[in-house]
Amino acid sequence: MPGLPMLKALWGYRGFVWSSVMREFHGKYRESLLGAFWSVANPLTMIVIYTVVFGQLMRPSLAGHEQTPFAFSIYLCAGVLTWSLFAEMLGRLNGVFLEHGNLIKKSSFPRICLPAIVAVSALVNFGIVLGLYLAFLALIGHWPGWALWAMVPLLVLQVLFTLGLGIFLGTLNVFFRDVGQLTGIVVQFWFWLTPIVYVFDSLPVAARAVLRYNPMQPLMVAYQTLFLNQRVPDFASLAPLAFLTMFFLTLGAWFFLSRVGELVDEL
Amino acid sequence: MGTIVVSNVSKAYKRYPNKWARMLEWITGRHQHKKTWVLRDINFTIDPGEAVGIVGVNGAGKSTLLKIITGTTQPTTGSVHVKGRVAALLELGMGFHADFTGRQNAYMTGQLLGYSVDEIHALMPKIEAFADIGDYIDQPLRTYSSGMQVRLAFAVSTATRPDILIVDEALSVGDAAFQRKCFRRIEEYKEAGTTLLFVSHDTETVKKICDRAIFVNNGIISEIGKARAVCDAYERLLFGAAKDTREQKKEVVPLYDSSLASSSVEVQYGSRGAEILNVNISDGDGAVTNIIPEGHPIFVGYEVDFKEPSDRVNFGMMVKSVDGVCVYATNANANIRNPKKSFQSGESARVRFGLQGNLVPGTYYLNVGVTREGRDKEEMLHRRVDVLIFRVINAHAYSSYGFANLFGNVEVEKK
Repeated sequence: MPGLPMLKALWGYRGFVWSSVMREFHGKYRESLLGAFWSVANPLTMIVIYTVVFGQLMRPSLAGHEQTPFAFSIYLCAGVLTWSLFAEMLGRLNGVFLEHGNLIKKSSFPRICLPAIVAVSALVNFGIVLGLYLAFLALIGHWPGWALWAMVPLLVLQVLFTLGLGIFLGTLNVFFRDVGQLTGIVVQFWFWLTPIVYVFDSLPVAARAVLRYNPMQPLMVAYQTLFLNQRVPDFASLAPLAFLTMFFLTLGAWFFLSRVGELVDEL
Repeated sequence: MGTIVVSNVSKAYKRYPNKWARMLEWITGRHQHKKTWVLRDINFTIDPGEAVGIVGVNGAGKSTLLKIITGTTQPTTGSVHVKGRVAALLELGMGFHADFTGRQNAYMTGQLLGYSVDEIHALMPKIEAFADIGDYIDQPLRTYSSGMQVRLAFAVSTATRPDILIVDEALSVGDAAFQRKCFRRIEEYKEAGTTLLFVSHDTETVKKICDRAIFVNNGIISEIGKARAVCDAYERLLFGAAKDTREQKKEVVPLYDSSLASSSVEVQYGSRGAEILNVNISDGDGAVTNIIPEGHPIFVGYEVDFKEPSDRVNFGMMVKSVDGVCVYATNANANIRNPKKSFQSGESARVRFGLQGNLVPGTYYLNVGVTREGRDKEEMLHRRVDVLIFRVINAHAYSSYGFANLFGNVEVEKK
């Protein structure tokens, strides 16, 4: 496996990766008065807006949850929070080599550290928000219980998918800067084509038939099942995404490894 | 430990005719690019403990070569084998992050150099002391001057003795005192067995601290060998000094390297009531030169074409050191018995200054100027700053440094 030396090198630089994540975290809020509050404030705002606009004003009904308090908020957060992790990670992976061009040109280190830093750092941010969400669930008495463990394989799958796709796009973006712009737009569309702020079953049959091919759709449904229905999701529905993950990881690793030398010359 | 073996290294950058060509190439597999070769077939071996200098003009490929040796850039063909821990100071700042503090950057760079956090923690007082930037260490890097960045970069990368130390022209940004401090450390490490690879435009420094030198010209190794001989070859190209004295006498215009040609650094100003032409430096025999052995006479000459009638005209010149300090200046009226001449438009003057070359070896810049008396003050007709570059080379039994050449000799006796 050609990626193995790369992973070994990455392991050797784990100290650097972790310190970079911490530096980034501290650095982001260093000059602000309220510090880490801001890392919570952004997703919180998003949740409040979606809850008020969609949950309270439009009052969609979730089948079987008419009696659950905050049912729509639970549903919404399950999708929005995990999607934000996907969107943030993908967006930053897209620009990761351009952003660190200076470092790449002047120091010699395994370049794969940079995507790793992005991934870990996005996960740290997600951890904080997830913590808030879980506290909210505990508070309203809707704790998912043992089913919460199902989150681990879901997250692993999501992060690997994002990494594969992101490293491929990030490398491509160095050579064709259009990729970064295009990805931003595609992710916007992708968000609205995924049942996050609406319910999949409330769509017309024709729309459902098309959206079924969205690989992110089963993943979001899985998160929603986990948090709203408090049960382990149907893992079999994730098979297409798992297949795509393998594909993009292979593609991303191959593309990155074959272009990493040329990449430095383009920065 | 501390070996560098460079075998058959070539480096080409791909140039595409337009933005779509690359995509076409990737899709069809048909070559669309032209290769620009910046290095061709470079071969050399550096043994442990050796100090090797790399000289060459801007764009010759020195920095690319260093980047390939440090692993930042990959060679197009050939290979590099490096044995030992490398500390490299490439250009400015070593990829510091502008928003992180100096301390955070020090940790980051330290980790990239292979230290653990605990090790850097232990080294930090030493790093701070060497960099000597005070409270700035906890300020974001974007508030640093370029000199401060180099201080920090050098302090971190040389915090412990590496097996191989690679220094690109980075140090030239630091002030003289800091440079001195850096060279002391470089020499100290060299004594202790560190292999040194040093890139500089300053051939005097290369001669002083390096055993061998490599002269890279247009991407190939033009000369490799003893530092002094290689530096001389480089200077010959740079200043177009006599390869063959007879030929030099015939060839009036010296062969300047285009990137260092005086026209590229020259600044001109003045009311242009007169124009200074044909500025030249010649030796005692009247041959045009710009390499002068220390102690030999230097003649500075130029011609002035007057476009306007000018009264009480004065002609001047100045020799400056590389850092812009005036070493010597004089003018035609410095001697009070020289009457100030007047010129009509269309008339010309030829000026010749005879100087005793009591300069220490090094590079010098020449300024010339012509003024006339205006209504209430002197009016600058034409001034040409850094019009010529010349070099004074060692010719005395003792090598010397400093400002003025006092041609000292030393006797030491046991009492």
